[in-house]
Amino acid sequence: MASWKTITRRSFIVLGASVVGGAAFGAYKVAEVPANPLVPVPGSTPLNPWVIINADGITVIAPRAEMGQGISTTLAALVSEELDVAWEQVRVLHGPPAQAYYNAGFVERMSNEPDYQLSLRENSHNAILAAVPKIFSLQMTGGSTGAIGGFVQMRLAGAGAREALKAAAARRLGVLPETLKTEGGKVIGEQTFTYAELAAEAVSLVPDDVSLRDPSTWRYVGRAMPRLDMVAKATGTETFGIDIILPGMKFATVRMNPRRGGAMTSFDPAAALALPGVDQVVGLGNGIALIANNTWTAMQAAQLVDVQWGDADYPADTAAMMSRIEAAFTTEPDSRLRDDGDVEVELAKGDVVEAEYRIPFLAHASMEPLNATAWVKPDGAVEVWCGNQAPIMTRDAIAAALRIGSDKVTLHTPVMGGGFGGRTDPVAAVLAARIAAAMPDTPVKLTYSREEDMTQDYYRPAAIARLSGRNENGKATALWGRTAAPSATQNALSRLVGFAPPGPDRATVEGGFDQPYGLQHYRYDGHLAVLTVPLGFWRSVGNSMNAFFLESFIDELAHAAKADPLAFRLDLMRDSHAPSALLLETVRDMSDWNSLKRPGFGRGVAFCYSFGTPVAQVLEVQDTPVGIKLTRAWIACDPGLAMDPGIVEAQMTGAMIYGLSAAVQGAITFADQSVVEQNFPDYEPLRMHTTPRFEVKVLQNNGTFGHIGGVGEPGTPPAAPALANALYDLTGTRARTLPLNQLFGFTS
Amino acid sequence: MSFTLSVNGALRQVDLPGDVPLLWALRDGLAMTGTKFGCGVAACGACTVLIDGEAVRSCQVPLADATGKITTIEGLGQPGALAPVQVAWVKHQVAQCGYCQSGQIMQAAALLAQIPDPSDQDIDEAMQGNLCRCGTYPRIRAAIHEAAQMIKAG
Repeated sequence: MASWKTITRRSFIVLGASVVGGAAFGAYKVAEVPANPLVPVPGSTPLNPWVIINADGITVIAPRAEMGQGISTTLAALVSEELDVAWEQVRVLHGPPAQAYYNAGFVERMSNEPDYQLSLRENSHNAILAAVPKIFSLQMTGGSTGAIGGFVQMRLAGAGAREALKAAAARRLGVLPETLKTEGGKVIGEQTFTYAELAAEAVSLVPDDVSLRDPSTWRYVGRAMPRLDMVAKATGTETFGIDIILPGMKFATVRMNPRRGGAMTSFDPAAALALPGVDQVVGLGNGIALIANNTWTAMQAAQLVDVQWGDADYPADTAAMMSRIEAAFTTEPDSRLRDDGDVEVELAKGDVVEAEYRIPFLAHASMEPLNATAWVKPDGAVEVWCGNQAPIMTRDAIAAALRIGSDKVTLHTPVMGGGFGGRTDPVAAVLAARIAAAMPDTPVKLTYSREEDMTQDYYRPAAIARLSGRNENGKATALWGRTAAPSATQNALSRLVGFAPPGPDRATVEGGFDQPYGLQHYRYDGHLAVLTVPLGFWRSVGNSMNAFFLESFIDELAHAAKADPLAFRLDLMRDSHAPSALLLETVRDMSDWNSLKRPGFGRGVAFCYSFGTPVAQVLEVQDTPVGIKLTRAWIACDPGLAMDPGIVEAQMTGAMIYGLSAAVQGAITFADQSVVEQNFPDYEPLRMHTTPRFEVKVLQNNGTFGHIGGVGEPGTPPAAPALANALYDLTGTRARTLPLNQLFGFTS
Repeated sequence: MSFTLSVNGALRQVDLPGDVPLLWALRDGLAMTGTKFGCGVAACGACTVLIDGEAVRSCQVPLADATGKITTIEGLGQPGALAPVQVAWVKHQVAQCGYCQSGQIMQAAALLAQIPDPSDQDIDEAMQGNLCRCGTYPRIRAAIHEAAQMIKAG
């Protein structure tokens, strides 16, 4: 089987033969093997970019960043599966910015075909596209791709290291490597050697080609492993970015123009500078930074600076923005990624069901506010610590801001206290570097206040959708969905890489066009609104918008057909995608759906296939004297191969809670071009007492063997429609606008 | 100004103004970063510590008023010597990003000290001030029940 070297060569051949033609990048770029960015130090020998042998075990260098999703544990399990080390001997660190850590998993996100159709194909379908993330140095954590990208790569890293260590032992013993065994961090033959003893000799013996073990022999992959970060996180000893402490460090905060993108016309720092402990007020062009001897004083002082802000170039308030979005319906569709049958002819037959839905902007609101630490050295080089989802991009952005070469930037990626898509943008790292440049040779830690974190976020777009559909004989025959929204992808990529990607904007319609409903006539259009509010990627991206639209509307169609909403969906899905249909049956059985509904309770079902993983959810709500309570939730998902079922269960639950939090009361609104919501009391997530009880089933039928669906995001999209559908079941009132607390009183 | 704090059984000197909240005295003054900043307005519970055994939001306690015996997450147990509540947290694999967990664990420790075998309703009431954006609430609930059983069993 393949080594990572031969994988890149094979891609080269495919690319060279059939595609490369006039492509902008040279074929040599694909064949080039990324250099190993790790350098050996005494007692610590890197055998390849992913495996370091230490005196007391191994350190796995994770190409993806840990923000709670458990990826570091899963990647380490993949390496360990081949490397034969005891779990206690394994540590994991995030790698430096380096091309070697490109994310091959993003290939899965680069197609405009529905996911559920891709999963039916052979896994090698995209050898050509597989080269793309490498060429563009796509070292990025996102899109629920971490386990997918690491599945082969990390096992090859472990197997290559193992074979090199065996070769070193074989040379010492004068035997063939095949005669040796590996176990518990040792090579065992006539004599036993620890990996550490052999590591230095093994460096030059890493083979070009290794085979991967048969899945039937797996000991780690497929099991719920104890997370490698769990003890540290239970003892307060994990070092998040915000916890970096350096000698002589100063503490900073920022106050940026709340009218996003607008300039700062003037500022008067006098009152702030008079506060004891304040060192400096730094003008940043569109905001100010305060440097002090502690973070709190910096935050207090920031409010004392008298600042005059310029205007943003977007409408003044939410209502005007929604009008702008609505106007997009009158423009030509940007995309029509699905157009089965003839929807217009079918709808012209009459008895059409129609509905319009509206959803707000959303903030990420990770528990750890944005932060970064920077230290500008006397020679002009800079060292930065910042939890981030894209190290190469972040490093290059820092270099550009300080007008130095990328080789002068050392970037560390500590674990993140939540990300949810909100740490893709390098803004905190760049600001920290600029602030530190005002205090050369002094480390400066920048911490955003919660208010700055919330009002300076890159938001999930607000959107409007209009859907029409038709039933015949109790079954849906046609559906035409249209979503209007500003494009998060164009907005974010223009900011991050300087250009908007060409072609149809998938994210605006994902979760709508790509669902495994076997409707005879099925069309989905995306209309792009022109609106420059800063946008970003919010857990599950467009799926969080369109699943609410589509799944609410399917529910409306079911009720119009006087059909049971779950059976109605099942009818549409059974012949088009069996693994998805099985999930509906599974939540039906888990929730005892077919038994008589309890008086005073309502139940809703919703489904979404996203990031390679179909998820079905049922939610139960109860009418109580103090408001509506979310009582129980059932989730059935099918990621294909579940690499760590414990982590999958945690992600499914957490992702649904994240979606429910937004559905119940999440909204970012604007007044005077500024975000109104400042802190958690204005943007309340669910809490212990408002969270329902969960039951999760993880099925493994989806795709051919080796299909790996994402698990960090797919639990979010069905949450809002499951709740809205349950509320309809309970009250007879159909919610077509989020958040739902505008229409319903919930327990608090 | 200099203040002397009693933290995890030791007296520690902090050279910061008296109105600086205990949270920042711990983090920036004493480099004790286990206690987290989440909101600054007592809405999230990430900064929860014990003062004389009672769970408080350290972002709301001015340094000058922090005269009691302070216990932070660092004082509850260490990686090699976990407190029962931390053992339960590891057993139930509670943490995802882990950022809120110091505060969750301190709040749970205070609850268990007060009510050794808390009901679900006790847990709802005690823990509702502690936010978790990853949604670990179901496992937190299970871990608190587990810790209660462990403490009971000795």
